[in-house]
Amino acid sequence: MSYIASIGSYFIMIKEVFKKPTKWSIMKTLILKEIDELVYGSMGIIIFISFFIGGVVAIQTALNITNPLIPRNLIGFATRQSVILEFAPTFTSIIMAGKVGSYITSSIGTMRVTEQIDALEIMGVNSLNYLVFPKIVAMLLYPFVIAIAMYVGIFGGWTAGVFGGFSSSADFVEGLQLDFIPFHVTYSFIKSIVFALIIATIPSFHGFYMKGGALEVGKASTTAFVWTSVVIIIVNYILTQLLLG
Amino acid sequence: MIEVDNIHKSFGESHVLKGISSNFEKGKTNLIIGQSGSGKTVFLKCLLGLFAPDEGTISYNGKIYSELSASEQRDLRQEMGMVFQGSALFDSMTVQGNVMFPLDMFTKQSKSEMQDRVDFVLKRVNLVDAHNKFPSEISGGMQKRVAIARAIVMKPKYLFCDEPNSGLDPKTAILIDNLIHEITKEYDITTVINTHDMNSVMEIGEKIIFLKNGLKEWEGSNKEIFKTENEAVTDFVYSSELFKKVRQMYIEERN
Repeated sequence: MSYIASIGSYFIMIKEVFKKPTKWSIMKTLILKEIDELVYGSMGIIIFISFFIGGVVAIQTALNITNPLIPRNLIGFATRQSVILEFAPTFTSIIMAGKVGSYITSSIGTMRVTEQIDALEIMGVNSLNYLVFPKIVAMLLYPFVIAIAMYVGIFGGWTAGVFGGFSSSADFVEGLQLDFIPFHVTYSFIKSIVFALIIATIPSFHGFYMKGGALEVGKASTTAFVWTSVVIIIVNYILTQLLLG
Repeated sequence: MIEVDNIHKSFGESHVLKGISSNFEKGKTNLIIGQSGSGKTVFLKCLLGLFAPDEGTISYNGKIYSELSASEQRDLRQEMGMVFQGSALFDSMTVQGNVMFPLDMFTKQSKSEMQDRVDFVLKRVNLVDAHNKFPSEISGGMQKRVAIARAIVMKPKYLFCDEPNSGLDPKTAILIDNLIHEITKEYDITTVINTHDMNSVMEIGEKIIFLKNGLKEWEGSNKEIFKTENEAVTDFVYSSELFKKVRQMYIEERN
């Protein structure tokens, strides 16, 4: 029953976020700040993870091709498909749920604990719009992050494949171009936009409505990460069924 | 002036406020006192509009809060200043940013006008060199002064303070009390302070409301509190030996 109540509260929160907008000159600054924190600040870890994930996919694929009849360009093909369809949008989003999600929950939760949200409310500020809306807008840039993750992931695969001696560069590139379906990239971007909204709002919900002190901020961050990951996994399944099934 | 008429507030089974009525006059420092769990914070949050009373009304200069539209309520809130127990300064902003925030958010003043106003209020609370410091870089007393500056920067009609001198040393606590009292007189605002501090009661309590178990047990001034025979009030206010002696001396002096 409490889960249903929480889901209801979450959607009420979303409605409130879009009510009574904050003055544009202030909102603009907040959005830029959030882009810096949430998107630009995550680039390093995403590039790092994507590069190595791409590399591992290429190596695993190469090591599993034991039949000489299977062409070596399968390494590039499998790397492309894995990275574009799943690793870049979904795996990266789980990482972001941890990195960005816990930041969002703890920063909003700390504001709740230290009465900063009450201060905003008393001043007549729509605190949900002030705190959550800039995060949602900033996270709309998330598909660009995913695009970089795709590029770096494939580059990681090419590096591991070629320099590891598993494939020639020509075979790998041929595999990359083999049976390429542009809609797969669109599908990936659609997923990443939905995941971005999940990453921006679920941790905000857990931070905004938390009760207690510093310990509860930590607990709320953990809960937010778990729920964000669970929702991403479920939504990933539903979107895959709807868009590719 | 704030008029409170028979307000009740419950949370589930817990009936926290059980019919409180009182008036808080303009230009006066009004204090709400009482033991922990007596309903002080809930009462203050009702006055601030953060909690809606289940029953009864609160009116601000004759306007009943619950009868106002959402936009009128927001406008009214902009006439309120609040000093929180923990100051509630925005961590990500400097002292200047904190004080300028309401001006930036709700007025169309130019940068220089806002800057002048911020300089003025920071000077008024005796903070002249802290503009570019962050809340974490200043002392608790300074944080309280910044909170007061932020609360008065919009020239509020109502000032609410939740235990403004908790966690401060006695000297700083008196400075904060006096500052709030001076500002109340200077700008002719209605100030309501929620406090545990007996020094505040004695020093600046022009009107005091004593709450017990969600009811108004006693009401009077800091002069009258010396004379009251109400056992609940005397037990609470004169709980320390020092205050008992002070009271005794006061009574003997008067006789």
